Amino acid sequence: MSDMDKTHSAHPSPRKYLMVASALVVLTAIEVGIFYIESLGKGIIPILFILSAFKFALVGMFYMHLRYDSRLFSIFFITGLVLASLVTLALMTLFGMFN
Amino acid sequence: MANLNTTHSEHEEHTTTGLNNRKMLMWAFLGSDCMFFAALIATYVIYSGQIVGGGPVPEDVFSIPVTSVSTFVLLMSSMSMVLAYSALVRGQIKNFQIWILSTAFLGMTFIGFQVFEFRDFVLHGLTPKTNLFGSTFFVLTGFHGAHVTLGIIWLLSLYFFSLRGGVTPERHLDVDLAALYWHFVDVVWIVIFTVVYLLGVFPGI
Repeated sequence: MSDMDKTHSAHPSPRKYLMVASALVVLTAIEVGIFYIESLGKGIIPILFILSAFKFALVGMFYMHLRYDSRLFSIFFITGLVLASLVTLALMTLFGMFN
Repeated sequence: MANLNTTHSEHEEHTTTGLNNRKMLMWAFLGSDCMFFAALIATYVIYSGQIVGGGPVPEDVFSIPVTSVSTFVLLMSSMSMVLAYSALVRGQIKNFQIWILSTAFLGMTFIGFQVFEFRDFVLHGLTPKTNLFGSTFFVLTGFHGAHVTLGIIWLLSLYFFSLRGGVTPERHLDVDLAALYWHFVDVVWIVIFTVVYLLGVFPGI
């Protein structure tokens, strides 16, 4: 069966959804926790981005079922995401945020 | 009553891709909405720290503990949304109604937090007209709040529709589309919470 013809395969069980929710709560708690570690300095930026990206991926893959659905849906979403990220980076560069 | 298990599969659509057109449209819309919010977030970021004309700055108004609670509420609403959809595809209409109502209630709680926060900011002298921070912040979070509000109306509509027997496991796509929208709104808040709140007032930078 081609990827384009693929109907969506089995979705996670409620138990898995609860596990994902627990992971999201823990990650958020970690984000808030490290916010109070001033000594991290600018090092907090990549840490927070990685944690947020992980949360983003968990919601996208499991809650929005991208992991189980047609790859075309992922293409639509990720294309928008990539364009959005590039535009954001371009604006930040234009305004000298990285100087 | 049909009892779809987790291995249910949609009948193949009579489209070029074999996929449902409504679902494709929703994903295309979410992709475009990514760019919409990216523009607002980018505007906030590039103007952050450039407060001209006085007025409150993020450190004066943001309360990370309060916003953390509202973030938790929205994350839980995403969980209840996916459990609502899961209950529906299993034919558990009562559970679906409970979970979707919970999702709407959690969404309303989040909006309540936003209203409380906005009101508090106004009392501290921050409005969309005060300075660049006020303009960019209120436009960004205001649009997000509008998205959440529309989502709540959508969810409540599905709930009341289900009371009349209009939501069935065979029509799970109707709920799937609402769920995709709701999760997207949650995902956008994940980004906003990190970029605007946490990084906005982190004392170490």
